[in-house]
Amino acid sequence: MGASLEIQLIAVAAAVACALVGVFLVLRRMALMADAISHTVLLGIVLSFFVVQDLHSPWLLLGAALMGVATVALVEALQRSGLVAEDAAIALVFPALFSLAVLLIGLYARNVHLDADVVLMGELALAPFERVLLFGLDLPQSLVTLTGILLLNLLAIGLFYKELKLSTFDPVLAATLGIAPALLHYGLMALVAVTAVGAFDSVGAVLVVALIVTPPAAAHLLTDDLQRMLLLSAGIGAGSALSGYWLARWLDSNIAGSMALMAGVWFCVVWAAAPERGLLALLRRQARQRWQVAERVLALHLRSAEEEGAPNLVDRLPERLRWEPKFARQVLRRAEANGLVQYQAGGLVLTERGRQQAGYSSSRITGSS
Amino acid sequence: MVDGWLDYTLRTVALGAALLGGMSGALGAFVFLRRQSMAGDAIAHATLPGVVLAFLLTGQREPQLLLLGAALAGSAGVLLWMAITRWSRVKQDSALGIVLSTFLGGGVLLLNLVQNRPGAYQAGLNHFLFGQAATLLSRDVAILAAGALGVGLLLLLFWKEFQLLSFDRPFGASLGWPMQRLDIGFTLLVVAVIVLGLQSVGVVLMSALLVAPAAAARQWVDGLGAMVLLAAALGAVAGVSGTLLSALWAGLATGPLIVLCASILVLVSLLWAPRRGIVWRQLDRLAAQARLR
Repeated sequence: MGASLEIQLIAVAAAVACALVGVFLVLRRMALMADAISHTVLLGIVLSFFVVQDLHSPWLLLGAALMGVATVALVEALQRSGLVAEDAAIALVFPALFSLAVLLIGLYARNVHLDADVVLMGELALAPFERVLLFGLDLPQSLVTLTGILLLNLLAIGLFYKELKLSTFDPVLAATLGIAPALLHYGLMALVAVTAVGAFDSVGAVLVVALIVTPPAAAHLLTDDLQRMLLLSAGIGAGSALSGYWLARWLDSNIAGSMALMAGVWFCVVWAAAPERGLLALLRRQARQRWQVAERVLALHLRSAEEEGAPNLVDRLPERLRWEPKFARQVLRRAEANGLVQYQAGGLVLTERGRQQAGYSSSRITGSS
Repeated sequence: MVDGWLDYTLRTVALGAALLGGMSGALGAFVFLRRQSMAGDAIAHATLPGVVLAFLLTGQREPQLLLLGAALAGSAGVLLWMAITRWSRVKQDSALGIVLSTFLGGGVLLLNLVQNRPGAYQAGLNHFLFGQAATLLSRDVAILAAGALGVGLLLLLFWKEFQLLSFDRPFGASLGWPMQRLDIGFTLLVVAVIVLGLQSVGVVLMSALLVAPAAAARQWVDGLGAMVLLAAALGAVAGVSGTLLSALWAGLATGPLIVLCASILVLVSLLWAPRRGIVWRQLDRLAAQARLR
């Protein structure tokens, strides 16, 4: 395998692993926990480094994952105390732990290659240089780690799909049915922590947040179905990874940053163009509703004028309905095209359809059948 | 220690940190009450592309220019965050995560481009992430003082508006006040304070300086006015003590020390604040149990 292909595979594995657990974080409104965990794992790494004195020990991953779970527990304990709100609890815990990690590095681990820059931004371009032998294959270390984490996530989500789904959408029912929400919750958080640690080892903490939050949020704009959301989220994550890689290669710049940027760009594309929930669809719907309302108002006005026997002069419409003359002309044209009104003997009268429309609308407005 | 006090540089840095802690504490009280604590974190991260772009476009390293770039990018991030939450089903927290990571990713991309060029921006990411309080000059302190004065005046001027924004926004809207515009204005003020703090404590920790003093102050007092004043005082205390500690252990970064001091203040307040504090509540419970027996 060439280095380029290897980097892309690593990036995609990281993106898909993050995007899968991210779906549940986003749906549970805990997206920012990813931000907190991705920062505090640094403290876990520093502390376990003090114990094992080896930067490449797998114990570092375990220490980091434990610190991730500890972060969540600490945040939730603070929330439960009722002394501060949820968002403040996160904002208090992770800067404190992160500062502690930075200070510990400054005090005791100066000479060790444990840079905050590297931790935050990662250096994906260097990932192919660290290699392991697996089943006789010479593979990059991070590709093996991330594929393992991806499989772990797939397995966990596959095994506990029903439980995760229920406890995400209806935690009360889940608890009544005997699914332990707390156990599931911390299991999910441990999964997030392991994923964050594995991914940030090669791609950096920032990218972890980008890949955990952005693709699921984009997928959520496209579907209401959990399975489809998981698939879309994985797809958008992989797309961000690949497009980010090529952008960085074209610009000769940082791959992780570029992937985070591209995830945001794809989110914006989806947000603009999503069929039902996109901005364009929203604008189109609003415009359509505006005309529909105007046409109904016109029909109602004509009907009440008919009932009162009052003449309904087209010229006076703008004044009586407080419409701009130009707007009134547009509404008239649309109402005529839709067969709601027609011109008869110089006056404007409702067609049968227009009368129905008016009857329907007035009954809707007055509430009578 | 006595030598330290006489040291002109240290005095400058401590004064700067006190001013920064004071104004972010005061403003943070509102941020805390409005449950926007994590917004500070996102805004701070979102400023990076602005800093780098300002440098790329002008080729200058004037701090004021870079701060202007940071403020513009931070404001853009805030407006994007508000737009996403308003015009999509994406929730506040996810929207913050998206804005934060996208802007920071873009910033890293740009920064890497700059650093790949010969003779370029060597200050690097570390300064941006953790700040360089030790490099504060008296000119920077003057800017911080002006900023603190501005924040104080604006808070006094819009006291009632911001109070209503924090506690009962619908009531404000029913009075016909432009709550949307006030919201945007308030958040842009937060952006300004964060940008002022970037140089001394950096991105990662600026959000803590906004939230921690307010969270600590909330435990001791109930009134908004008292809380704002106390938060400002606690912020200033954290700033000064962090600076002194970093002078004591030469080489330890000031930003993280300031945050750690603020966090200790929070911890003490959560435990010991009268009536609300965890220790007092436990004591109350024990006393009640004893009475029942």
